[in-house]
Amino acid sequence: MSLNMFIQNFINALGLGSLYGLIAIGYTMVYGILRLINFAHGDIFMLGAYFMFFATIRYKLPWAVGVLLAIAGSTICGLLVDRIAYRPLRSAPRISALISAIGVSFFLESLATVLFTGMPRAVLQPEWLMQPMLIRDGGIRLMPLGIMVPVISFILVGALLWVVHKTKPGLAMRSISFDIETTRLMGVSVDKIIALTFALGSALAALAGIMWALRYPRVEPFMGMFPGFKAFIAAVFGGIGSIPGAMIGGLTLGFVEIMSIAFFPTLSGYRDAFAFVLLIVILLVKPTGLMGEKLEEKI
Amino acid sequence: MTTQNSSGAAPVLRIREMTLRFGGLVAVNDLSMDIAGGSITGLIGPNGAGKTTVFNVVTGFYKPTKGVVEFMGQPLTGLPPHRVCAAGLSRTFQNIRLFQNETVLQNVMIGSYVRQKGAWWQTLFAFPAAVREEREIRERSLELLGHLGLAGQADAVSSSLPYGAQRRLEIARALATQPKFLLLDEPAAGMNPQESEELLNFIRRLRDEFDLTILLIEHDMKVVMGVCEDIWVLDRGLLIANGTPSEIRANPQVIEAYLGQTAPRSEVSLKKEAAHA
Amino acid sequence: MNTKTRNLILNGLALAALVVFLYQAPGNLDRYKLRIINLIAINAILGLSLNLIYGMTGMFSLGHAGFMAIGAYVSALLILTAEQKTSMWILQPILPWLLNLHAPFVVSLIAAGLAAAFFGWLIALPVLRLGGDYLGIATLGFAEIIRILIVNLTPLTNGSLGLKGIPAHTDLWMSYGCLVAMLIFMTRLMSGNFGNVLRAVRDDEIAARTMGIDTFRTRVLAFTIGCFGGGVGGALMGNLITAIDPKMFMITQTYSLLMIVVVGGLGSITGSVIGAILVTTMLEWLRFVEEPITIGSLHISGIPGMRMVVFSMLLIAVIIFRREGIMGPREFSWSWFFPARKAEPEMKGGND
Repeated sequence: MSLNMFIQNFINALGLGSLYGLIAIGYTMVYGILRLINFAHGDIFMLGAYFMFFATIRYKLPWAVGVLLAIAGSTICGLLVDRIAYRPLRSAPRISALISAIGVSFFLESLATVLFTGMPRAVLQPEWLMQPMLIRDGGIRLMPLGIMVPVISFILVGALLWVVHKTKPGLAMRSISFDIETTRLMGVSVDKIIALTFALGSALAALAGIMWALRYPRVEPFMGMFPGFKAFIAAVFGGIGSIPGAMIGGLTLGFVEIMSIAFFPTLSGYRDAFAFVLLIVILLVKPTGLMGEKLEEKI
Repeated sequence: MTTQNSSGAAPVLRIREMTLRFGGLVAVNDLSMDIAGGSITGLIGPNGAGKTTVFNVVTGFYKPTKGVVEFMGQPLTGLPPHRVCAAGLSRTFQNIRLFQNETVLQNVMIGSYVRQKGAWWQTLFAFPAAVREEREIRERSLELLGHLGLAGQADAVSSSLPYGAQRRLEIARALATQPKFLLLDEPAAGMNPQESEELLNFIRRLRDEFDLTILLIEHDMKVVMGVCEDIWVLDRGLLIANGTPSEIRANPQVIEAYLGQTAPRSEVSLKKEAAHA
Repeated sequence: MNTKTRNLILNGLALAALVVFLYQAPGNLDRYKLRIINLIAINAILGLSLNLIYGMTGMFSLGHAGFMAIGAYVSALLILTAEQKTSMWILQPILPWLLNLHAPFVVSLIAAGLAAAFFGWLIALPVLRLGGDYLGIATLGFAEIIRILIVNLTPLTNGSLGLKGIPAHTDLWMSYGCLVAMLIFMTRLMSGNFGNVLRAVRDDEIAARTMGIDTFRTRVLAFTIGCFGGGVGGALMGNLITAIDPKMFMITQTYSLLMIVVVGGLGSITGSVIGAILVTTMLEWLRFVEEPITIGSLHISGIPGMRMVVFSMLLIAVIIFRREGIMGPREFSWSWFFPARKAEPEMKGGND
């Protein structure tokens, strides 16, 4: 592989990986607090992409407005999901909430099929995002979108880390993930903090959905399923509960997918299987992930 | 520290230089113990002394950082819990762990499974030997329940039993594995004085009828002093004393270990016991 | 007459009623209804096998669609004739050894079960060391890997085109015969001491290990048996629908089985049968929502996808409002109809 090709793939992997990372953060935060795999998270990502699509392409609203509307819409959906499908099950066995999450995911996918039809729809990319810049005598084509995605992602992660580590609600979040009952006793409104977690996760998922729809210019009802599974795996890889871990996991997965196909083009049909193989390997070798902490049952 | 047990009989369980570290914390430090066959032995110490940890190492839930455990001359160290059980050691838990959705009888039958010879598919195809064995297990389990005064509740769901009966059921279940050695983790916890009084006789009866060696962790000094022939005292992972009840009562180190912390019941009762001695 | 004899007679009567029904049904019902009745039996088999894994032994597996796929493909590849195979593999030629491989239907069913069980065992070894939700996502991943392999291994599976023209070997006798066999197997398994052991592993792993149970081995065993059932169910389904392709075995297939198990009641054999009847008929009935209806001059166009919206809402509603499902962990017993008798604990399932 030529150096140009490598750099091109590297940039691609950075973009894909940071999107996985953004989605993974929503999984990791919810899992860290509720020990719940929020299956519906990938579908919130899908909704974000659809909201943007309808706002800007169907109703011709300006981009900035469309993005804000998509974030707001997805956040509301994320909050509703928590309120309706998860909150009644807080004291139920963990698997019950997981089944509810599967139901919600299935519901959102079917609902999107009903409302938006199952047909994929093309997303018109704004021209200013697609003006290619040629580097190294045209060996590498760099588009503003390709740079924007990782840059925005990293800024968002930085902002989120600030919220979690430097603000009061962030402190409450970290406290809940240690011990939900004690935190409740300390007078923290646990349900509000959990709602905030879902809101932050959903907003990030919506942004990821928008950028995803621009990169692979289309939207469809099941577009969140595989990115969702993969992002969860990224979260496990990075160590569930850890925000930097989720980002590192996402980037790793992005690189594994892009680079293995770049080096072994015959494997391209197996692309969606890499993540799952990776998952089984991590769980065997280091179930706590890169930055996770060990949870042990008391005997 | 001496490792000679006070009763002088041949040890069935030998612990040698056992150390267990969790990260930086030393839960058990260089512990050596001998437990005589057929004895009722107590393992006591203030909260956090590492008593339950010793149980967890012996029964295979934790692997010691260093040291060995031997049972009747065979090494136990490194065996998984189910193999330890098959070797003849059974235990109860500090916070009762019954199979809560199962009936009393089913709980005991599950305990018998480790000794069941017929494979799972043999009962499916109604192999006569396997069917007979299942019937025998059922009968033996009912008999065991009768022994422990639970015969009337055989078909009750185990979680519906009163607390004391749940403790007895946990012991019945442990006995169903046909152990030679029984580890009881705080059998008197949650019992009133009269119940603990009955427990003394119950433990002795168990030892005699089932030909057991019993090692028990207990905070209730009346029970410990009343039933144990040999007592080992742990404090912060270290063995600080070993001897007969009267020796332990008179041991200033033990009294200090208990007075050093605030566990009202054990402290007061031990002071009283010490005053008597 | 003691309870045992009574139950034996009643079970015999129920079986006889089933035989009469199966004998009469083909002449009196149309193809569509027969297909649904077949599907009920197949879904019951699949539900029971998932219930063994999840409801009885407590392993949250989301991989059943993958094991169904293995079963369906193994069976179809054994049944299809060499001519059919040559004409179907148009993208790439079929593997030479596979071309002339042929077996009767019943043999292909057993092979389907064994193949699924083998893969189940293989994946069980690494993933069953995980608990709860991690197991769910790992088995889900495994099912997806199977699907991706089927799409890509064209010489073996004919890729995304799938297999068509599978002889419709699954008739009522076949599907209900398998269901009765499965029911007898499950009742016997769960009423023996090994059934107690499975529940013990589910309820308290630490206590089970203390009782001398090799919990890992027990789990692997239950998982492997469950996968066998999944493989047989998949094979029956392939031979009912007569065409299979990788899209049939998406995660949504596992979701409907999960619905059967949850609605019926975790750990209840009778529950899974009831769940299969309800979920299968409901899914068929809901097709009307998606079809255009014309009443007089009023024309209502169907809403594609609406069926799954209702279905998923029901799944959420059941888990929130009636988590234990219809049966809870209980089983059907003839004693229900004889309230005066002194209650005797029983673990006997009905036949239909």
